[in-house]
Amino acid sequence: MYELLKNLGIWLTSGSEWAGSDGIAHRLAEHLQYSLLATLIATAIGLPLGLLIGHTGRGAFLAINLASFGRALPTVGLVVLVFLAGGLSMLPVYVALVALAVPAIVTNTYAGMTAVDPDVRDAARGQGMRGHQVLFQVELPLALPLIMTGLRLALIQVVATATIAAYVSFGGLGRYVFDGLAQRDLVQVLGGAVLVAAVAVVLDLGLSGLQRFLFRHRTA
Amino acid sequence: MTIDWSWISGHTDDLTTLTLSHLQAALTAVLLGLMISLPLAVLAHRVRPLRGFLLGLSNVLFTIPSIAVFVLLLPVSGLTRTTTVIGLTIYTLVVLLRNTVEGLDSVPARTKEAARAMGTRPLRTLLTVEFPLALPVIMAGVRIATVMSISLVSVATYIGDGGLGQLFTDGFQRNFPTPVIVGVVLTLLLAVVADALLVALQYVLTPWKRRRA
Repeated sequence: MYELLKNLGIWLTSGSEWAGSDGIAHRLAEHLQYSLLATLIATAIGLPLGLLIGHTGRGAFLAINLASFGRALPTVGLVVLVFLAGGLSMLPVYVALVALAVPAIVTNTYAGMTAVDPDVRDAARGQGMRGHQVLFQVELPLALPLIMTGLRLALIQVVATATIAAYVSFGGLGRYVFDGLAQRDLVQVLGGAVLVAAVAVVLDLGLSGLQRFLFRHRTA
Repeated sequence: MTIDWSWISGHTDDLTTLTLSHLQAALTAVLLGLMISLPLAVLAHRVRPLRGFLLGLSNVLFTIPSIAVFVLLLPVSGLTRTTTVIGLTIYTLVVLLRNTVEGLDSVPARTKEAARAMGTRPLRTLLTVEFPLALPVIMAGVRIATVMSISLVSVATYIGDGGLGQLFTDGFQRNFPTPVIVGVVLTLLLAVVADALLVALQYVLTPWKRRRA
């Protein structure tokens, strides 16, 4: 165990491992690119959908069931399926990652919207606010904490799962996990896993910092 | 992408075996997860300084990719079912621990004080008052953990024991979509059925919630 950790330390800190097109720096950039782009696409799909369902109250059934559907969908199977259907491209990976992230975002957005006090909503309407004004000036700001929780959850899952890009022969930190697995090189696998976990934790802390910045004027 | 129906009818025995093995891995993991997380949750609920540490630790474990978890367990437990179950159990802990702590938090202080005033001892209060009242939130966690485990078993296919996940590897290697589609559909079905059964179980376990229905 000690030997393993020592080798891991050497692997993580040696300059030669970080440089070049299959170096850690490059793989890290790839992993970030996959994760952030997939989360961005998922947000672009899931956020409006969640807001619409929460605002109109229609499709609540969809929002609730989408969550368990998203959790039940086996990501590996989805990647392989899109891969067999669409051939070798990054598309399967993005499809799988977006499919993973959308449900978490939709359900948390919806949950945030339903948690808004109906009296506050009625008061906004009573003051003559129109539907879109109520949505953007009242409901959205109040629902934001839960929306952010959904985004953080989605991002963590996407970062951890982006590892599978390497399964269909693309880059990212999953390369170390899969190559290490093939070569029975435990240090490499461990290194890949540690880096993925570090990326997820750092991004999560970043989003929670952003969240705190956005709500700095709130006392509660 | 067409489905080869004759392949399905020719492999019903294999599919049954894989489905059962899949289910067994997922359910064992959830049961183990519950056995570990219930006492830990009580600890996190009672001892404030431990709370942040335990919840933070489980969150970090959640960020490690499942493939890596399985591979890292290889030196410990080898290419066996044990590795699959340990890996899955780690993932269930995140959801189970958080929900159980939240469930215990949601029990009104007044209720606990009432129990104490009637002379109920702490352990008995925990078992007969706090856990039953926390049950809806705990069960929500159990449902999420179960569905998540069922979906995650297939990742263990990389270490040779993925239940229905073996259909994905099979289809991928032979460039043959049918087993992959069947695997995805069966996994989703298992998750839906398991979730419905848990909803029914919760209905049975919380009779006081039924009055208005």
